[in-house]
Amino acid sequence: MSAAARETGALMSVRRISPKLLVWMVFGVLAILCLVLRDDAKWLVKYPKDWILPIEAGLEYLMDWFTAYFKPIFRLLSDALEWPMKGIQFVLQTSPWPVTIAIVAIIAYAAKGWRLALFCIASLFYMVVVGYWDESMSTLALVCMSVPLSIMIGLVMGLLGFQFRWARRVIEPTLDVMQTVPTFAYLIPILILFGIGPVVGMVASAIYASPPMVRNLMLGLQRVPDNVIESGQMSGCNGFQLLFMVRIPAAMHTIMIGVNQTIMAALAMVIIAAIIGGFADIGWEVLSTMRKAQTGQSLLAGLVIVLIAMMMDRISRGFAERSGEIHVHRSGNYFARHPMLVSMATAIVAGSLLAWAVPVFNAYPDAWIIYPAEGLNTAVSWFTRNFFDTTDAIKTYTLYFFMLPMKAGLERIARPTSWGFEMTALASVIYWMILIAIGSLAARLGGWRAVVAVALLGILFYYGASGTPWPVFIAAVTLIAFQVGGWKVALFSFLGMLFMLVSGAWPRAMLSFYLTATSVIICFVAGGALGIWAAQNDRVSAVLRPINDTLQTMPLFVFLIPVVMVFLVGDFSALLAIIMYAIVPAIRYTEHGIRHVDPVAIEAARMMGCTERQILWKVKLPLAIPEIMVGLNQVVMFALAMLVIAALVGTKGLGQWVYDSLTNARFGQGVIAGGSMALMAMIADRIIQAWAASKKRDLGLST
Amino acid sequence: MTGTDDQEVKLTCRHVWKVYGPEADRFFTAGNGDVADTAGLVDTINQSGHIGAACDVSFDVHIGEIFVIMGLSGSGKSTIVRCLSRLVEPTAGEVILDGEDLLQVSRDKLIDIRRHKMGMVFQNFGLLPHLSVLENVAFPLQIQGISKEERRARAMEMIDLVGLSGRETSYPRQLSGGQQQRVGIARSLCVEPELWFLDEPFSALDPLIRRQMQDEFLRLQQLLHKTIVFITHDFLEALRLADRIAIMKDGRIVQIGTPAEVVMQPADDYVSEFTQDVPRVKVITAGDIATSDVPQTDDVVDEHATLEEIMPRFAGGADVIAVKSGEGAIVGSITAQKVLSALADSHATGDAA
Repeated sequence: MSAAARETGALMSVRRISPKLLVWMVFGVLAILCLVLRDDAKWLVKYPKDWILPIEAGLEYLMDWFTAYFKPIFRLLSDALEWPMKGIQFVLQTSPWPVTIAIVAIIAYAAKGWRLALFCIASLFYMVVVGYWDESMSTLALVCMSVPLSIMIGLVMGLLGFQFRWARRVIEPTLDVMQTVPTFAYLIPILILFGIGPVVGMVASAIYASPPMVRNLMLGLQRVPDNVIESGQMSGCNGFQLLFMVRIPAAMHTIMIGVNQTIMAALAMVIIAAIIGGFADIGWEVLSTMRKAQTGQSLLAGLVIVLIAMMMDRISRGFAERSGEIHVHRSGNYFARHPMLVSMATAIVAGSLLAWAVPVFNAYPDAWIIYPAEGLNTAVSWFTRNFFDTTDAIKTYTLYFFMLPMKAGLERIARPTSWGFEMTALASVIYWMILIAIGSLAARLGGWRAVVAVALLGILFYYGASGTPWPVFIAAVTLIAFQVGGWKVALFSFLGMLFMLVSGAWPRAMLSFYLTATSVIICFVAGGALGIWAAQNDRVSAVLRPINDTLQTMPLFVFLIPVVMVFLVGDFSALLAIIMYAIVPAIRYTEHGIRHVDPVAIEAARMMGCTERQILWKVKLPLAIPEIMVGLNQVVMFALAMLVIAALVGTKGLGQWVYDSLTNARFGQGVIAGGSMALMAMIADRIIQAWAASKKRDLGLST
Repeated sequence: MTGTDDQEVKLTCRHVWKVYGPEADRFFTAGNGDVADTAGLVDTINQSGHIGAACDVSFDVHIGEIFVIMGLSGSGKSTIVRCLSRLVEPTAGEVILDGEDLLQVSRDKLIDIRRHKMGMVFQNFGLLPHLSVLENVAFPLQIQGISKEERRARAMEMIDLVGLSGRETSYPRQLSGGQQQRVGIARSLCVEPELWFLDEPFSALDPLIRRQMQDEFLRLQQLLHKTIVFITHDFLEALRLADRIAIMKDGRIVQIGTPAEVVMQPADDYVSEFTQDVPRVKVITAGDIATSDVPQTDDVVDEHATLEEIMPRFAGGADVIAVKSGEGAIVGSITAQKVLSALADSHATGDAA
């Protein structure tokens, strides 16, 4: 071999290591260094208290200053808003229940027909019979006030954002932040400014529920086809006419979907706001019975929430679907042209007369209330007693073999009682050997990137989220962000994590990270599997779809009831609640992605003689990856949203910190905790989005 | 010659440019777009990361004429028709309608011009999905604030004109493509515009329906005598409908002429690519090849008659046939020899390409 040839050979072998991999090698050396040194330099794992910046105090100071000057204005606003709300509440609670039921049924009929009307009648009647009528009407009153407010905010912001580029530049990032800030965190500043009372819940839900309206309005207006707009322009529309006679009507369907989402968000927030108390609504009923461990009672009240959610969703979705529909022009006199108004008026008059004549129809007598809470309690305790061994086994196994290592690290968790061995030097050598074996397998299957993923997960599992040195964690996430999405994403991730570190939120953030990561992994694997199954099998899809729909419309609270019932409070219950809620997008997007792979590609594969299994693994799944990534992103967002609610069942972490700051009205702590959660969500979002986008580019699915 | 040159000019497009890109304006110091070296400037524009969608486009449209702009996708034809109505704001140049530069008029004046003088038909119909057929057709009138009775009456008239009577209460999605485009046509005619823009109106339709709609369009034009700018990517459609054709490529006009001129004397290889497969006997008319001497014969054809229609007469033994103008006066003559050489000539041109 000549010298020149040897030189090119050397060059070739150098070139085979990509610069990206090289960076990871450097990272690996640093990580090992950190892990070796961590016993001597404690600050590597535990960020010292002295290094925490006084961000919390500064925020408190700012808020004090702000309230000192502006509180009277907000209190005034609060009073102004309280009157109409009291009015609606009064009307809803005092009008005879048959009237209310009839009116809701008429609206439901107009939205979707007889079946929905019957469903609404049955649901409302359930509330009457169980004796939750007044509480339900309080909740309804709050929603009735906050939804129009939300829609108004949404219309103004959406139109501004659509018309002016500068407004869009402000609104879009604001919406991003708003949709990632945990729900409880909304309540803190509003609570401080408006004072305790139902107005807080109303204002909070009006603000919380406006983003979908803004987004759908802007999206709908932008999506109106060019030639429709041009035809409007050529008809001689001025700007005003173009907007209100062409764009908005043409975008009506999307806008109505926004209204549907806004209603559901408002309801969710109203339920969550019950935590402040003082309004005797159904959310409070669930919460207080759950705290007292009155399982039967909370189930009965929880069912009311479920029913309200389903009614609101179906009715508003019915109208949204109808908005694009052809409306037949009615002819005839006034009564024939307005059947809805006429039948409502009839219902009011007839119902009022009935209520006046027969008192039962005015106020449902207490004696007739059927409240089977005790029976339910007996049933539940029978169930938990008889299946204790099974449920406890599931809980213990998941905790010891998966959750606790993720939380505190295998090195601290492995005990002879649980894992069957002590974490001796020999055992850890065996662990790393196994990991290297898996790593080399991964290298074969997926190249060096798979090895990096295996290594990172291995480190995490061994040292746990709370035992991993923070420089290692931050460096790993920043590196991933850089290689996936460029320096902007990397900088954002780095600064976000830096904020958590210096504000003192890091240990709690790591606890939240562990719970989120654990549930996301489970959701992704289980949900992905279900999604694939549903994509391949129409019957499975038909069964899963309504379940998914129902799970998605539920206010988050409701998930806690069955979980706590069986597994009591703790991390495992929180995990289950998160999974129930966050698995839905994993299923949906996987199914959607696979089902919408270009049929030509599948036909081509079939013609080449692929088996169904090969088509799935070699064609459908690779092409569906961008869509599945979007699903993963949603899973993360959903998991974080639920994480805060899960604080109610006794998890530790940022969620619990937000909740704590709410109950103690500590603004600074709330902002730091809520902000950290929002940052976590946004970092995850940016990285996954960038990843999905680059995958999409590689596959030629976008330009 | 069909001879539209002597008729009054309705619309003039003079040195119009549309450049897309961050600093599109910097290429034009004077606003009128009249540059010394067009080709040089186009190169400069394209090399600087800008896109010249329409480059130095000039033409006149005469009153009552069907002026077809033909080009493949990306040739700039849709951009140009939008510049004429200012749906797209030209970067430079002048668009003169009835002696007034459209590019200088105020926003309000422009809206007024669109309301009363222009009508436009779109490729994908551009119907408002939430309005019925009647409401769609009446929409331009509603915009102007015309009373409900009057706009209903006028819209019904238009619906009748395009043959959609009985479908007034239907919604766009209930109609076939051809029917939807009839609604689009009725809507564009509802304000009785003088200028009628049609942007690939039949391209989204099936070939058979397209043919029907072309006939329908010619029937309407015989009735209405509008001044028309018609956009198409279909060369045969252009030949069928046009009084004059402008052929565009890469944002520039390659040739303007009557269908016969384009077929017999293609300006360059690009145009002759299109003309190669055109059945010339169906395009060349008696007027195109007639000599000006008045013959002694009773055999007379209209100057618009195609060679395909004339040839049987020669086959029947005629030596010379007189050609009469639209008004009926004898304006010249053709011989079998002439017909043969016209066909042979054009073939020679075609083969040379």
